[in-house]
Amino acid sequence: MEWIKWLGAVMLLMGAFSLLVSAIGLLRMPDVYNRVQTGTKASTLGAIVSFIGVGLYQYENWGDGNWVGRVLVLIIFILLTNPVSSHVLMRAAYFMKVPLTKLTKTDKLKEDINNNIVKEPENE
Amino acid sequence: MKNLFVSFVVLMIAWLLLNWTLDPINLLIGSGLSIALSFIFCSKCELFTSINLTPKAFLYTFLYLGVFLIELIKANIDVTKRVLSPSLPINPGIVKVKTRLKSKMARLILADSITLTPGTFTLQVEGDTFYIHWINVEHTDVETATKELVSKFEKYLEVLYD
Repeated sequence: MEWIKWLGAVMLLMGAFSLLVSAIGLLRMPDVYNRVQTGTKASTLGAIVSFIGVGLYQYENWGDGNWVGRVLVLIIFILLTNPVSSHVLMRAAYFMKVPLTKLTKTDKLKEDINNNIVKEPENE
Repeated sequence: MKNLFVSFVVLMIAWLLLNWTLDPINLLIGSGLSIALSFIFCSKCELFTSINLTPKAFLYTFLYLGVFLIELIKANIDVTKRVLSPSLPINPGIVKVKTRLKSKMARLILADSITLTPGTFTLQVEGDTFYIHWINVEHTDVETATKELVSKFEKYLEVLYD
């Protein structure tokens, strides 16, 4: 059953690589919006693959149970909570008028705010 | 009634996953707690009113998870390429898409799926209109952007929720 351990190790490496790429992305991207884009990478594939990798690597302890279930619960909670928090961060940044990068092609939301289709939330 | 049932099932699954055993005593405690909690917190809630409880919907839940995972991996590879290539080939912008989904829960799941996929990001939701920050804008008009970003998730969610 050595190959399960190898599989776990490979998945851990893949997760670490994913986290590394998203850290590089955080440094290289030009504005806050694109930085959050690469940040979601870390939370999705990086974290999920790392968790599964740890679970597989510790296959000797599967006899105690709990491993698979807890890994699944962790993944479910990451998938539930992460998009909410990053959406709120990004939306707050947008309505605080953090500038978009010059590379930006279109901004439909701004057009609709100017045409009074969308209302800006009021400052408190 | 449907709300109570679905919240009971969700709580029971969480309990079983955390305990990972099928002892009768464990099942008894778990179901007791789940029934009590769903009566306390979900006797008047309307979270799951629009969910479909048919065998087809059950099948489509797993299909949806599969499609979502495939999209997740594809988008991850795409963003990795963009981050690592020296010229940083990004093309960002905020596009507008419209969804056919009616229920709140389905819209929530759609917006969350879009946010979790690297490269796309739900910025604002106004009724059936989503404003999405896209790292590589290919189409700026509403119809094509909708087809590109939303349709792949939408056709499964339509079966799951009314």
